[in-house]
Amino acid sequence: MTQDSRRGLALVAPPLGYAVALLAGPLLAIFLFSFWTQDYLTIDRTPTLGNYREALSDPIYRTIMLRSLWISATVTIVTVILAFPVAYYVSFRIRPDRKSFWLFLITIPFWTSYLLRIFLWKVILGYNGVMNSGLIGLRIIDEPLTALLYNANAVIITLSHAFAPFAILPIFVALEKIDRALLEAGRDLGESAATTFLRVTLPLAMPGVVAALLIVFIPTVGDYVTPAQVGGSGGQMIANMIQTQFLGLNNAPMGATLAVIAMVLVTIISLATVWLARRLAGGRT
Amino acid sequence: MLRAYVFLFLAFLYAPILLLPVFAFNDGTVIAFPLNGFTTRWFSEMTRSRELHAALANSLTVAAAASILSVLLGLAAARANVRYRFPGKAAAMGLIMLPLVLPEIIVATSLLVVVVRFFEWPLTLWTVTAAHVLICTPFAVAILNASFQALDPAMEEAAIDLGENRASTFRLITLPLVMPGIVAALLISFTISLDEFIIAFFLTGSDPTLPVYIWSLLRFPKLLPVIMALGTILVILSVLILALAEWNRRRGLARAGVKDTGGFL
Amino acid sequence: MTETRRAARTGDDPLIRLRGVDKHFGDYHALRGLDLDIRAGEFFSLLGPSGCGKTTLLRVIAGFEDVSAGTVTLDGRDMHGVSANKRPTNMVFQSYAIFPHLSVEQNVGFGLRKLDGTKAEKAARVAEALEMVGLAGYGARAAHALSGGQRQRVALARALVLRPKVLLLDEPLSALDKKMREQMQVELIRLQRQVGITFILVTHDQEEALVMSDRIAVMFEGEIAQVAEAEALYRRPASRRVAEFIGVMNFLPARVSGDVVAVAGLGEMRIDALQSTAHADGDSVAGFRPETATLLFPGQEASDRVADGIVQEVVYYGDMTYYDVMLDGAETAVRISMRNVFGRPVLEIGTRTRLAWSPGAVTLFR
Repeated sequence: MTQDSRRGLALVAPPLGYAVALLAGPLLAIFLFSFWTQDYLTIDRTPTLGNYREALSDPIYRTIMLRSLWISATVTIVTVILAFPVAYYVSFRIRPDRKSFWLFLITIPFWTSYLLRIFLWKVILGYNGVMNSGLIGLRIIDEPLTALLYNANAVIITLSHAFAPFAILPIFVALEKIDRALLEAGRDLGESAATTFLRVTLPLAMPGVVAALLIVFIPTVGDYVTPAQVGGSGGQMIANMIQTQFLGLNNAPMGATLAVIAMVLVTIISLATVWLARRLAGGRT
Repeated sequence: MLRAYVFLFLAFLYAPILLLPVFAFNDGTVIAFPLNGFTTRWFSEMTRSRELHAALANSLTVAAAASILSVLLGLAAARANVRYRFPGKAAAMGLIMLPLVLPEIIVATSLLVVVVRFFEWPLTLWTVTAAHVLICTPFAVAILNASFQALDPAMEEAAIDLGENRASTFRLITLPLVMPGIVAALLISFTISLDEFIIAFFLTGSDPTLPVYIWSLLRFPKLLPVIMALGTILVILSVLILALAEWNRRRGLARAGVKDTGGFL
Repeated sequence: MTETRRAARTGDDPLIRLRGVDKHFGDYHALRGLDLDIRAGEFFSLLGPSGCGKTTLLRVIAGFEDVSAGTVTLDGRDMHGVSANKRPTNMVFQSYAIFPHLSVEQNVGFGLRKLDGTKAEKAARVAEALEMVGLAGYGARAAHALSGGQRQRVALARALVLRPKVLLLDEPLSALDKKMREQMQVELIRLQRQVGITFILVTHDQEEALVMSDRIAVMFEGEIAQVAEAEALYRRPASRRVAEFIGVMNFLPARVSGDVVAVAGLGEMRIDALQSTAHADGDSVAGFRPETATLLFPGQEASDRVADGIVQEVVYYGDMTYYDVMLDGAETAVRISMRNVFGRPVLEIGTRTRLAWSPGAVTLFR
């Protein structure tokens, strides 16, 4: 082993050790836990697949799992579609020395208390909320709408808002990397502005779009606060169920099982997305 | 058209935050329209709430400790990542950066299982701090990676060529040149820890952090206007801290003679 | 070139002695068993295309890279295990590596920190070094406010203030524009004469190496192809590859039989009349430089031998004109450079012309 390797390993040892102790270890523990069972306060350490059987067959768990994936997928697609034009605008229409300011402008809402932002969406979407007051004031509706809050739609709106900067930034970075001469070359070779966008800009921005898809999808599946606050009973997601198992029902092994299943599903869907994007990009990495 | 859309999008992005001061100064306990008139009593009530002060103090302590520790770990990881080649590097860096893409509920529950079920340790602010270090470190690594990459390796070689050893080179050359990155990483880690809720919710004992305290208030609407006042101040503070971090980062880039290439993330 | 100046300044014992120096980076073989002697007080250049190992060799001498095999001896001391900060060498980096958070003074005085001496003495040495590179009075300036040329001077002063036995320069002029580069070439030569320190310069620019160096080592693919003084290198290149890398040379197929060589387009000549030969058997290649032959204008007579041909291409440079001439009996054109004399017309493409040349300017290669 060279001196360089030894120095590198010595340096990486503390952060790696920390991650092993507080991340790899606990993840392994949760994995072990998912094969155990709990009866009131006693843990039965006989390995069993019972939790998995129950999690995959009980309609309550199945419904909530599928709903989580469906809500996250919708949030992801909505967020990325909404974010793309913004990233495009900042990258292509803003003067280079102003770009930092625009990124700053986009990230400010993200740095304000997550809990308060969600609560304020409740204020906007609520029965006496901004939206209803506004619509009544404009005489578009007579009675406050009740379909705005405490359902899956409210979760989608709130999460799309919370994760917008996460979608904009990677797309922006990918767009920034595009050599502007390529677009001129596209025009020069007889493409219109629209077809240049479709045949040159969009394919080159794909890595950023894929990154945006993953960076929104992965954390939203596990989001707890938003469904708990604005989701009502029909908008609860897997994280709420995991929390209930751990803190409410005191069935930690079941909570662990649900966490493992959620992680596996997220991993499979993420890898599938990356694989699909590579296939669509025609073998480019 | 595109421009109009972007401004509409910004309105969507800022809508909730702009409501904060509206209700912070509204003379009514119900957070809803119509408004009742101007008052500053929520701000004065805020200064009297002992629980709020305790929660804020807890959060500040946790955030300070977590940001310092995660930046120390981040320095080592980023330095190893940029400067050295060693076996298992991709896997090691992957594990260190993993919390960035892991749902926080997973981090929270897995740590809860280990602390409470395996070791049967009590939950304290220390458990929250330890977990925050875990999730802040990847952000620190990302920022410091950029700092170390912008550092010309010839700078350190020049110092060694001029007679310094590895330790004094780090102190005299490397540290001052990556200092803007260190400050930015500290500020970002501090902000993340200060705002983090789920992990704190799971791992906190009898001393709540500020987000956990806010969460408990969300069920008692009577105290909500105070939270609006507090939120307003937090927004202003966050913007100030971020502006400071951005200014510091740009100054660092200008000093190192590097062209600006964008924001923190 | 003033060869006497060099003879007077360079001693006989090598200051740096490399024997069998080998360097591997994983599978990549960067240096392949190099032997090289560099004398005290000489201006020595390592010249070669990028990737030839010249910078690696410089870094081996500086102590930034360990050798995989072989020995480096500096001033009679084996350098094995001696780290860069303990060697009597200092380096001017390609990027200059001026510490951006320090002033010019602090940069130049950086290496004095651990040395003995009072503050005043050190300040005097810094001032002296700045004076030497023409930056007297710049001491308090912030390093990041300097121009490219000034950065380079600071880098020089910072290295020279420690009075090293060897100054290592890694492509120090490549970041400067052409005019600045030519000015710095002259200044570096002056500086080297003034301080008398051995300079080792890495460069890919053959002109720069010819102008500045006492001796030049030409490197290709981790090996030294030739070590020679500038003029010898230009006039008697050891291989066709060296000849091609240094300046322009015309190549014509040749055939050796006995002590006579027949060159396409030029005819037969005795081998012992040639400038030099790197090969003297069977099929080979004859080369000559564009300026060693001239086109004969009406009324002019040749002093030596003459060949006939047709002008194929004319490139006008103002003070010079380059002609590509296809000699009768040859299959590739040769390039001839002619100084443009007032009143003499530039020949047109297709003109039949006569070429005056001399066997004494021809080199034979494999």
